[in-house]
Amino acid sequence: MSRAFTLSGKTDILGCNLTAIPMQEFSERDSDENKEVYEQYKKATPARVGIGHTGPRYHTAAALRFQADQYSAANAVQMEVPESVVKKLGLFEIQTRCSSKYEMLTRPDLGRLFSEETKKIISERCVHEPDVQIFIGDGLCSPAVEANVPTMYPAICAALEYEGISVGTPFFVRYCRVNTVRTVAELLHPKVTCVLIGERPGMLTSQSMSAYMAYNARYDMLESDYTVVANISSVGMPPAEAAANIADIIKAMPEQKTSGYGLKY
Amino acid sequence: MNLKCTLYNKTFEFSSVKEVLAKANEPKSGDTLAGVASNSAEERMAAKLVLSELTVKDLRENPSVPYEEDEVTRIIQDDLDMEQYEKFKGMTIGELRDWVLSYNTTSEMILAASKGFTSEVIAGVAKLMGNLDLMYGANKIEVHAHCNTTIGGRGVFASRLQPNHPTDNLRGVTSSLFEGLSYACGDAVLGLNPAIDTVNSTTDVLKLLYDVRTKYEIPTQICVLSHISTQMKAAQAGAPIDLCFQSIAGSEKALRSFGTGAGMLGDALQMMTELAKSEGPDYMYFETGQASELSSSSHFDTDQQTMESRCYGLARHYHPFLVNTVVGFMGPEYLYDGKQVIRAALEDVFCGKMHGLPMGCDCCYTNHMQADQSDMDNLITIMAAAGCTYVMGLPQGDDVMLMYQSTGFHDSQTVREMLGLHPIREFEQWAEKMGILENGRLTSRAGDLTIFR
Repeated sequence: MSRAFTLSGKTDILGCNLTAIPMQEFSERDSDENKEVYEQYKKATPARVGIGHTGPRYHTAAALRFQADQYSAANAVQMEVPESVVKKLGLFEIQTRCSSKYEMLTRPDLGRLFSEETKKIISERCVHEPDVQIFIGDGLCSPAVEANVPTMYPAICAALEYEGISVGTPFFVRYCRVNTVRTVAELLHPKVTCVLIGERPGMLTSQSMSAYMAYNARYDMLESDYTVVANISSVGMPPAEAAANIADIIKAMPEQKTSGYGLKY
Repeated sequence: MNLKCTLYNKTFEFSSVKEVLAKANEPKSGDTLAGVASNSAEERMAAKLVLSELTVKDLRENPSVPYEEDEVTRIIQDDLDMEQYEKFKGMTIGELRDWVLSYNTTSEMILAASKGFTSEVIAGVAKLMGNLDLMYGANKIEVHAHCNTTIGGRGVFASRLQPNHPTDNLRGVTSSLFEGLSYACGDAVLGLNPAIDTVNSTTDVLKLLYDVRTKYEIPTQICVLSHISTQMKAAQAGAPIDLCFQSIAGSEKALRSFGTGAGMLGDALQMMTELAKSEGPDYMYFETGQASELSSSSHFDTDQQTMESRCYGLARHYHPFLVNTVVGFMGPEYLYDGKQVIRAALEDVFCGKMHGLPMGCDCCYTNHMQADQSDMDNLITIMAAAGCTYVMGLPQGDDVMLMYQSTGFHDSQTVREMLGLHPIREFEQWAEKMGILENGRLTSRAGDLTIFR
């Protein structure tokens, strides 16, 4: 019977804080055959490999851990970005026409729109026609904002300003969907519009973020006009590396006067 | 054409075939979001009754998007087998539902006749069916397609091995690949969704998959599911390619939002006949999913199930080897909970097989939906009972790149054992030779990824 479930031999399922063990360390294996090869394969991916089977089904610890991780991911969707985090980032906050998480999840059409009053605030507080307008949205995963933006946003700005590209006034959008890009672009007319937004949380991480960027974004642009950098997190593309990629892409857009599938970078 | 009906002592009147199709649909949050859903259960029933009395001809002559404006409509209409259409045009949709389910109607008869049905006709039949009708109807239809191996047919339940990795790291991809193979998964395809959509990265992963396929002499096919134009560039530069993939949708405008179109799909198929490493003649792999049109505002006030059926009308033009709905990927604004996901999956597999496609299903959900893994346990079993051609296999069903959950390597094997189903025969023999399967069960060696190195 398989009992061991960490590579280091830890078997105390009640004392080990199960979901905190990286998947690379989590193992249920009956034999020690080819141990070194096995450990190399485990280390190469956060996917749930090397977990064995009882009959055709999962062992108990693997089955329970899966449920525990899934619950945590579903929970991240419902969390809010605290006002203190928005303040610490030095951003002002606005909200889409959604009034709750539930509305944001079921009404993406409202999650891209602002009230007249909010539009006025954006128009008054932001620089108009910058080279690039960057803003932050909670999207489907609030914890992603605090986990990535403090590293990523200043690095993007520094890289762009070094190239002489002007960056507009940043802000935070609550209950934000990706297509808020279209609405913001129509208000501020930047050359490039970019939203840094929480992705749907997975079981591997509840802190993953994407950047959606478009050249000359408009209300009637196509989805394929977006260029996307996805999977930004400590376990995917690290935020510092993502910042460099995003800056390169933003820089390429006005040069090639395009974004999406047509863009080469 | 009668669009009026008295029910519950009330008169319901509809203004168009499109409205009848939409309001006859089972409840979906996406139809509500689009503003096309019925206003009440009573109105839905009235729409179903009206639909049951409309004819094949009525639905053919009222496509969801006008012929002049849309290449998908043109492909569906121009591909129609007119001899079959003439035979069936006077039949009502209710009579057609009965005909499909009848003992007197064989799989061969359905597949011959359906060449004369537009996608709206097939969507209409599904709307008059309960879940068990859809299962029975889909299960009845036997479809085969050939690339390196032959997929489909009675008793075969195949799986795609999906070895995704957050950064396409080749060693990481290899781990999931070997893990899946060690559970006899991957007879449909070894197919990776790339995190990085570039020619270089696509080429690197294709080479890896090709090396593994040839080194271990695995009777299957490989694919990297990057954008179709990326795969074409990679193939033209010499990358090994068996299947060419693209996500498709049910209108020209929606296809454009995916950066593709009918012309590009045709060019890719033509290229595959010249450059593919596989035998063919079926070289294409398409993914679909209800509401991709709505999400890009290109649904033309049509309900999502009808638009999805139109994807299959487009797909059959290119005689693909694989087509699957990624049913629960889009989110709760389109399919709210596990019940809606299961219903949509059944509609999709039925409509796909009615179109003569080797239809599979990515039984999946996102963490922002009201669904969990138990809903997928139900769904994969339902899919197998419905004669679904293949499902996905991931390490414990968890996709560490796309951030959603699907079905695991263990799950397809569990369902095969319970229902007496098998992988594609050549692949099963390979797994037996490798000591992974014995008498349809996993051996003690199965699940040990170190047997590959």
